[in-house]
Amino acid sequence: MKKFLIYFFMTAAALVMIYPLLWLIGASFKSNEEIFSSPWFIPKSIDLSVYVKAWQTVTGRSMGHYFLNTFKIIIPKTVFAVISSTLVAYGFARFDFPFKRLFYALFMGTMFMPAIVTVMPSYLMWSRLGILDTYIPLTLPALFAAEGTFVFMLIQFFKGIPKEFDEAARIDGCNCIQLLIYILVPCIRPVIVSISVFTFLWTMNDFLNPLIMISSVEKYPLSLILRLSADSTGNGYEQNRIIAVSVIGLIPSVAIFAAAQKKFISGITAGGLSG
Amino acid sequence: MKKRIYHNPVGVGKYTGLMLIIPFILGFLLFTLYPFISSFILGMTDYDSIREPVFSGLDNYASMLKSREFRNAAWVTIKYTVILVPLKLTVSLAAALLLNMKLKFMGVYRTIFYIPSILGSNLAIVIMWQFLFTSDGLVNQLFGLAGVEPIGWYGNSNGAMAIIILLRLWEFGSAMIIFLNALRDIPREYYEAANVDGCGKIRSFFVITVPLLKNVIFLNLILQLISAMQEFNAPYMITGGGPMKSTYTVGMLIYDEMFRYHNAGYANAVSWTLFMLITAAVILLFALTGRHKEERV
Repeated sequence: MKKFLIYFFMTAAALVMIYPLLWLIGASFKSNEEIFSSPWFIPKSIDLSVYVKAWQTVTGRSMGHYFLNTFKIIIPKTVFAVISSTLVAYGFARFDFPFKRLFYALFMGTMFMPAIVTVMPSYLMWSRLGILDTYIPLTLPALFAAEGTFVFMLIQFFKGIPKEFDEAARIDGCNCIQLLIYILVPCIRPVIVSISVFTFLWTMNDFLNPLIMISSVEKYPLSLILRLSADSTGNGYEQNRIIAVSVIGLIPSVAIFAAAQKKFISGITAGGLSG
Repeated sequence: MKKRIYHNPVGVGKYTGLMLIIPFILGFLLFTLYPFISSFILGMTDYDSIREPVFSGLDNYASMLKSREFRNAAWVTIKYTVILVPLKLTVSLAAALLLNMKLKFMGVYRTIFYIPSILGSNLAIVIMWQFLFTSDGLVNQLFGLAGVEPIGWYGNSNGAMAIIILLRLWEFGSAMIIFLNALRDIPREYYEAANVDGCGKIRSFFVITVPLLKNVIFLNLILQLISAMQEFNAPYMITGGGPMKSTYTVGMLIYDEMFRYHNAGYANAVSWTLFMLITAAVILLFALTGRHKEERV
């Protein structure tokens, strides 16, 4: 009986959590009238032409173009983030050096630094360097371990790897970098997956940075195209088209999450984001 | 002065670690320290982001304090944070406690609860949320089925605030995962021992779970506080700050001043003030919970 109550409650909660997403998918096939009259998510009929229209977007270029733009940001960013965070975490976790405590304190401090303070001066800096409206402001910071959370996850993970591994490798003649590449990196693969997935999802979600840094429409990433579509078709007609654009915009994130789900969650779990 | 001894493996110099963290050091200088200082300096200038900034002392801060718009935005942001953060922590902890029970299908529930926070700030979700609360949107339709009068969510200030709070509350999954990981680390024997000693479920929650989760509760509290106080996306896209500026957060005010009215000096002064507010809140929390020591590597 108690179990039943728990399941009942959990299922009800799960429905609340997931129903908006189901509704979103269903609504993309509905007419305006049906969207605003029936709360049931399954549409009366399925007509894929709305997706064809949505794929064309309002700018004259297809969604494919904007997907490509987004990947032009995501791919370098992921590579940069993985390499730089691994090096920095390795340094903090395995070595002792001058001012280590100071740097660690600074590092913890940057993790809690509100982005809103740094975003404007960064904008002005990029503007003075004349590289606004390129993807450099969006990708380059990742080369400098900009995401403290990743370093933190990696440090926790490195600490869980016995130092005897290091010693054994050293006796076999590995230097610090070889040790990292051949011994430690294979051990931290789950965290690397987590970092890549997080970078992917956060970049897909990022709105403020592209909004500020990117001004020409042909360079827009997906998030800005979503906003453009919502703004230009939002007034009363073709609601299903904006909804279809949103669904398309969510597909990559959902796909990546589904594909990496198991490794990804084990990465966060074992990586001790639990502090 | 005592000479420091560096504990490194044989053959590794004291600078090896320093070399490895060079990306962090450069990143810190370029993307944290420089913006931080330049924000402080620009906050004391009259600057339209085109002509050279002119030093104006504390003028920006003075006009900020006098401005009704800023006071309103500060009040909105604080109200939003104070309502959202405790709600979100309670819900995520409750969900984590339920998921931590050894029952079947908990993995499925965990994934479902986690998904909204993963998609969370994706603009598609924000657009979806906007649709859910229109006058004949899904929420009001469901209210209709339940016989409740539909609510004009966007028309009144509490309704508009509720839309944004509900969106962020719906995304409790990331906090939940942090709690869940911490709960897993608590040995079951503790509860069994407490049970043998005649300690009930509720009591063992307060004497075992809460003390052991102290660190994580604190971590979540800080993380949520920082992100709530910077809220920008949701009000910008969903309510546009309205009605009557009742969801106009400090984050929106900064954006508008900087990119719409080109008052870069003033915008920087406000963002510095927001930073100080967040820092003050974090320090207050540290003081209240009696933590003064940082974790060491």
